[in-house]
Amino acid sequence: MSDAFEWLYSDVVKEHFTNPKNVFDPDEKFEADAEGIVGNIKCGDQMMFLLKIENETIKDVRWKTYGCASAIASTSMLSEVIKGLSLREAYGIKPADIARRLGGLPENKIHCSVLGDKALRAAIDSWLEKQGRKGEFKGEDAVVVCTCLNITDKDIEEAVKSGARTWEQLQEATKIGTVCGGCKGRAEELLHEFAHIYGD
Amino acid sequence: MDRRFVYLDYNATTPLHPEVKAEMIADLELYANASSMHEAGRRARARIEKARSSVARLIGAPDPACVYFTSGGSESNNTVFGTMYDLGRRGRVDEAKSHAGRRQKIITTAIEHPCVLNAARRLADEGFPVVFLGVDAQGRVDFAELERELDPERSRGGPALLVSVMAANNEIGTLEDIPAIARLAKAAGAFVHTDATQAAGKIPIDVESWGVDYLTLSCHKIYGPKGIGALYVRKTAPIEPLIRGGHQEKGVRAGTYNNLGIYGFGKAAELALAELPSYASRVAALRERLRAGIVERIPSVHVNGHPTKVLPNTLNVSFPGAEGEAILLSLDLEGIEVSTGSACASGSLEPSHVLMATGVGPELAHGSIRFSLGRDTTEADIDYVLERLPPIIARLRRMSTVPASLSATT
Ligand SMILES: Cc1ncc(COP(=O)(O)O)c(C=O)c1O
Ligand code: FES
Repeated sequence: MSDAFEWLYSDVVKEHFTNPKNVFDPDEKFEADAEGIVGNIKCGDQMMFLLKIENETIKDVRWKTYGCASAIASTSMLSEVIKGLSLREAYGIKPADIARRLGGLPENKIHCSVLGDKALRAAIDSWLEKQGRKGEFKGEDAVVVCTCLNITDKDIEEAVKSGARTWEQLQEATKIGTVCGGCKGRAEELLHEFAHIYGD
Repeated sequence: MDRRFVYLDYNATTPLHPEVKAEMIADLELYANASSMHEAGRRARARIEKARSSVARLIGAPDPACVYFTSGGSESNNTVFGTMYDLGRRGRVDEAKSHAGRRQKIITTAIEHPCVLNAARRLADEGFPVVFLGVDAQGRVDFAELERELDPERSRGGPALLVSVMAANNEIGTLEDIPAIARLAKAAGAFVHTDATQAAGKIPIDVESWGVDYLTLSCHKIYGPKGIGALYVRKTAPIEPLIRGGHQEKGVRAGTYNNLGIYGFGKAAELALAELPSYASRVAALRERLRAGIVERIPSVHVNGHPTKVLPNTLNVSFPGAEGEAILLSLDLEGIEVSTGSACASGSLEPSHVLMATGVGPELAHGSIRFSLGRDTTEADIDYVLERLPPIIARLRRMSTVPASLSATT
């Protein structure tokens, strides 16, 4: 009967939600080289990424989340996409790429889907740090603005480039400031700076 | 069990009672304007007055003239707050001699429906002192706080103009002690309003013994059509129109009568009153079957709301470790329709304001599911939910970063 009505999300989302790929199984022995965890239950979602890394390449991946259907589906998709990618390539994947592969997400669900790639980047960052290469992919001058979610000024710049103009839109795009909120002041300054640079 | 369709979202809205539906179909042809003087108009008018009497009986109002038809709960609530705006703003006290001086303070609760919360916030924006009373862990209004706020010596904002407390909460089903609240409010000289949208048809309502000045009803929660509701206004209480225009409803609510909606409302109210005892006992037994079954089959669950002072049809449960929207959509795929207090389902970053007000914390609020049962719910429906729900929670918990063993257990 569900065919007769459109589900809230696309068929691809539904498939990844009901049969998510690469979910961490507590009974499985998965020896991770890197781990990243972001988000906070206070905001309703949290994500963990585990990576197996060989020759700067992602060999295998597992993840866990406390999150909604969008978060589960986008992370499942992300985990499929990054297998076999170099760390640098994986680091560059944008939430919008994942949303596209999922056949789109409702506007107000985009922010639920950004947690996966944040956790992935946190995992890669932690691995780089262990190798004594801290912050290598962040770009020389990227500065972390939101420490809770590991969001940098570059991330804010990207969000503004893709249209974010208000604090709410910036939050939609990056989830910035949704944990302790301590970064709001600095983030708003940057938002206005970049909005000035990129027009409107 | 075979897949089936189980609607457990009756607090959101209800299907038409078959008898309401039959009557409305028969009435579809009655098109006369109930304000017209000719025979067809008078006939339409008589039917409206019959419906008004049925609605009055449902809430124990001796005089049907105290019942005004509106477009629903939101409009009724806004009409009350709009009236308070007029009274407080202009100091218009003619109909309310006891309210000498300019009272402006509004006391309501943190767990009201958004239409009350936002109407109250608007008064706050206009400079009225507005207080949102807290509730205890079961969702009951804090009486010590109410008494303090009613006492100008012990609180700010001067004497109270209005106390507005819902009779039953839509999310957790907790019942408030309206008679006791009304007694305190009246003793302090305030008007009393209760939003009985969720209480109607589920528990007995009696405006006389409750002692309220205003009471809100919405028809689509009692197996009648949507877009029709009522506001009870005690004869001694002032009322100002929200919608100005013609003389319908004694000038309190302009607009050509929604005959069909009103007829449907009358029938629905008549049936709700007649079926109340059998409905309440049947639905309460099903709710208990669901509650006991969930607690027995699923570890670490937390039942929200009050254990006994609760609507017979409403069960709100938190499943720590599993996120509400993911639970809701998983149930939806099984044909089971519920609602959640998770932020993700509302598209905002905030979880249910009601659960947060009870102090359960964001973990439990994000993982909450409201099952609201109705007159068509069967034992087989409940058993089907009890079969399909546990594996869903187990699956989501297994992939969760948050442990299922939060301190909260039943
Ligand atoms: C407690 C409460 N008050 C008011 C309303 C609004 O009623 P209506 O939908 O008729 O405007 C609802 C319904 O959602 C409700 O549950
Ligand atoms: S620094 Fe805590 S939310 Fe951004």
